[in-house]
Amino acid sequence: MDIPYTSKPRPDTGIYNAKVGIWLFLASEVMLFGALFSAYILLRVGAPEGTWVHGMLNIPIGTFNTFVLITSSVTVVLGWAALQLGNFQKYKFYQAITILCALGFMGIKSFEYADKFKHYEVWLKNPVTVMHGDKEVQTNRVLGHIEYDGKHPYFWNTRTLREKGIEGFKFEADPYHYTLSPKELAHAKSVSKGKPHVVLDIKTADVERLSAFVPSHSTYFAVYFTLTALHGLHVLGGALVIFYIWGPGAKMWKSDPLRYTNRVEVSGLFWHFVDLVWIFLFPIIYLL
Amino acid sequence: MQATTHTAAHHGAHEAHHHEPSFLQKYVFSTDHKVIGIQYGLTSLGFLLFGFLLMLCMRWQIAHPGETIPVVGKLLGSILRNMDGSLMMPDGKMTYDVYNIFGAMHGTIMVFLAIVPLAFGAFGNYVTPLMIGAPDMAFPRLNMASYHVFLLGGIVMFASFFIPGSAAQSGWTSYSPLATTVTTHGQAYWLVGMVLLITSSLLGAVNFIATIIQLRAPGMTWMRLPFFVWAQFVTGFLLLLAFPPLEAAGIMQLMDNVFGTSFFLPTGLAVGGRIADASGGGSPLLWQHLFWFLAHPEVYVLILPGMGIVAEVIANNTRKSLWGYKSLVFSALAIGFISFIVWAHHMYLTGMGTKISAFFQTTTMIISIPSVIILTCLFISLWGGSIRFTTPMLFALAFLPMFGIGGLTGLPLGFAASDIHLHDTYYVIAHFHYVVAPGTIFALFAGIYYWFPKMTGRMMSEFWGKVHFIGSFIFMNVVFQPMFAQGMAGMIRRMADGGLNYSKISHPDAIGGLDKIYIDLHTVILWGAVGLAISQIPFIVNLFVSIKKGKKVTSDNPWEATTLDWQTPTPPPHGNFTKEPVAHRNPYDYSLPGAAKDFTPQNQP
Ligand code: HEM
Ligand SMILES: [Cu+2]
Repeated sequence: MDIPYTSKPRPDTGIYNAKVGIWLFLASEVMLFGALFSAYILLRVGAPEGTWVHGMLNIPIGTFNTFVLITSSVTVVLGWAALQLGNFQKYKFYQAITILCALGFMGIKSFEYADKFKHYEVWLKNPVTVMHGDKEVQTNRVLGHIEYDGKHPYFWNTRTLREKGIEGFKFEADPYHYTLSPKELAHAKSVSKGKPHVVLDIKTADVERLSAFVPSHSTYFAVYFTLTALHGLHVLGGALVIFYIWGPGAKMWKSDPLRYTNRVEVSGLFWHFVDLVWIFLFPIIYLL
Repeated sequence: MQATTHTAAHHGAHEAHHHEPSFLQKYVFSTDHKVIGIQYGLTSLGFLLFGFLLMLCMRWQIAHPGETIPVVGKLLGSILRNMDGSLMMPDGKMTYDVYNIFGAMHGTIMVFLAIVPLAFGAFGNYVTPLMIGAPDMAFPRLNMASYHVFLLGGIVMFASFFIPGSAAQSGWTSYSPLATTVTTHGQAYWLVGMVLLITSSLLGAVNFIATIIQLRAPGMTWMRLPFFVWAQFVTGFLLLLAFPPLEAAGIMQLMDNVFGTSFFLPTGLAVGGRIADASGGGSPLLWQHLFWFLAHPEVYVLILPGMGIVAEVIANNTRKSLWGYKSLVFSALAIGFISFIVWAHHMYLTGMGTKISAFFQTTTMIISIPSVIILTCLFISLWGGSIRFTTPMLFALAFLPMFGIGGLTGLPLGFAASDIHLHDTYYVIAHFHYVVAPGTIFALFAGIYYWFPKMTGRMMSEFWGKVHFIGSFIFMNVVFQPMFAQGMAGMIRRMADGGLNYSKISHPDAIGGLDKIYIDLHTVILWGAVGLAISQIPFIVNLFVSIKKGKKVTSDNPWEATTLDWQTPTPPPHGNFTKEPVAHRNPYDYSLPGAAKDFTPQNQP
């Protein structure tokens, strides 16, 4: 028994089965990410003054990663085009770049993640004096890095302090805070570049709340991690499929070249979608 | 029409160049849409029974608050455990927690593990490719995967009963922040289970739609598709587009529950008298919007396949074409579109403001129009038919008024003014059960009796089928009709012991307490439910005994039907048709003037 139209297009619809399938699947993906983006908008619009985090991500790295993904989108098309012309070697070459780009993207993303997991905010019971750029300010919300036992620990929160019985720790305070307006924040970042950190001695008894930049830090980071992790899963899934077709599944090129080319096309469509999601994600999460 | 002899020869040839598949290949890892359909069918029937038994325990509790549950009380008492390992209900008396758990899981299981997989997974899988003249689904292996993911989701849901703290207890709607602040882990299991079930539905939906678009036999144009196929087609789109937002919401609630985020937790939320240790800033309403954005289309997922089945059975048993085929098709499509813009009628009491509420009231009234058109077409189809009162037909006929009652009672709910009184009362319970239980479930029974001979080559017993029908029909109404009265009197749903509703029993002059008569109706409902349970015994026995002992069919087309699913060998082999079918005519060419018989199959030139 053979299923019709697995490789040749059906005359009246003009496409083959898998392409119908992938477009339908992408429609559902649009709804999935659409719902998450809508949730982002709703939560952001409803956020009380001063609680929405902004300017805490590394824009140059994010931009670089955007280019990595765009490059992969181009090589996916080039690979498929080469295959259509029967040039299997060229396809192998381009698609290898695609896979490397995917790995590169994930690698860079994991460094970004790790960076956040050891970057903290403390809510203090009493205000302390820190610098915001070139101004001295009194505030009870400070960003920075914990130094404890000569290390910069990951994932601490208020409960960690209690559970570990820590009485106090050193805190390298950042000279800015997201409660500043975007303009002030940019100014503070630029004037403080290269200057040494103010180091605070913080007693656990003075801490109201402590949180690394993890999902539970704030709605912003909740959205950031959920969206980027879900996107990351898609990158990973897409890369695995592309790799399978490229490597172990390449035998099909000999037995059924048309179907093989279709597979490459379909996986490429998915890959474009994954890139497209990032093109939306990047500005709304990094820049806005 | 005697394709049976054909099959034997065909089969022989088949086996010559194929080795005999092992048990696992044949029944567990099969990619044959018919086997997968039957897998879905048996699994979901099992869950249907299980969900029903949960409800029976709850009906006992609500009619006899705090009394030991007969028969199963002791057993449940020895299974369900608290977080600290102690027994939840050691004396077999249902506690509030257990009531909440059973309620939440009854709803979840019935909707996502029983009705949808039976209506879409089982019937859709078994019948759709046959009806459109396809050898299988467009993506057979994906089809197998969707069943396996579904099964896994079902196992996760079922297993969650046995963990300490037991299953989810925040209702099938799982409203936040309740669903996050309950301290047991059942909700996390629920969410993981849901993500699996949703994934399975999405794979299934992609497959169904692609199959219908791509694998229609030559000549099977869109307007020659049986209405059943149209219903499945629209259902597929509803699942495809409405489920992902719930998946998104599920992921966010999982983040709330496991990683301590505050997607749905407002600022300043206090739990147990203490400010919750959370960042806050989330929105409980966001959950409701995302949930109902799925769950309203979902109710049409529950009903459309049922309408499809009923349409087939009615055409076959009136021996005439469906009246208004085009109206049926366009109404189904209209329902599909409009069902995406009515969701907030479940949220009138959230304070949405009159303008938005006016919008949703309007769309809700508009969507009832295509539903009424479908029902009307089906009613008119009966007119002048020479009706055969077979068991499937009895169920299909009963579907019509039952769905009618369910649909009409939805209208007062659709107006915000009347909904303020009716919201969250037993009236709502009665409304949607009329649509789903005597509605969809009757349609599904009709489908089972109707296609059983195709699946097995044997008929189910007509006599026991009729006994099943009469019992079910009476007791369904005994169970659900009183709820309208209770709800209008103000009885609140989801109460383990009636709460203040019952206060008149102890304080006869209590204000707002319900009169005794409404409370006593619970006893009527309880025994109605027991009667309903007993009425299912003939069905269960009939179903299994008929597989081996039922009367053998004498032809491949025992109901003398026109659609292509009956123009196959019985049961259809892998690949379905002995030669590629071609559709030459409309799906319901019954009693054509001048034709040799009172039915002319679709593939007859
Ligand atoms: C035909 C027109 C229909 C209208 C106008 C309608 C209207 C409504 C409204 C306004 C509610 C919310 C009531 C409240 O919570 O206060 C509701 C609840 C419900 N309806 Fe319908 N409905 C219709 C058909 C259906 C169908 C066909 C189904 C399913 C097969 C269905 C299933 C449900 C369910 C499950 C609920 C309750 C959900 C819950 O709160 O747990 N309805 N309906
Ligand atoms: Cu609704």
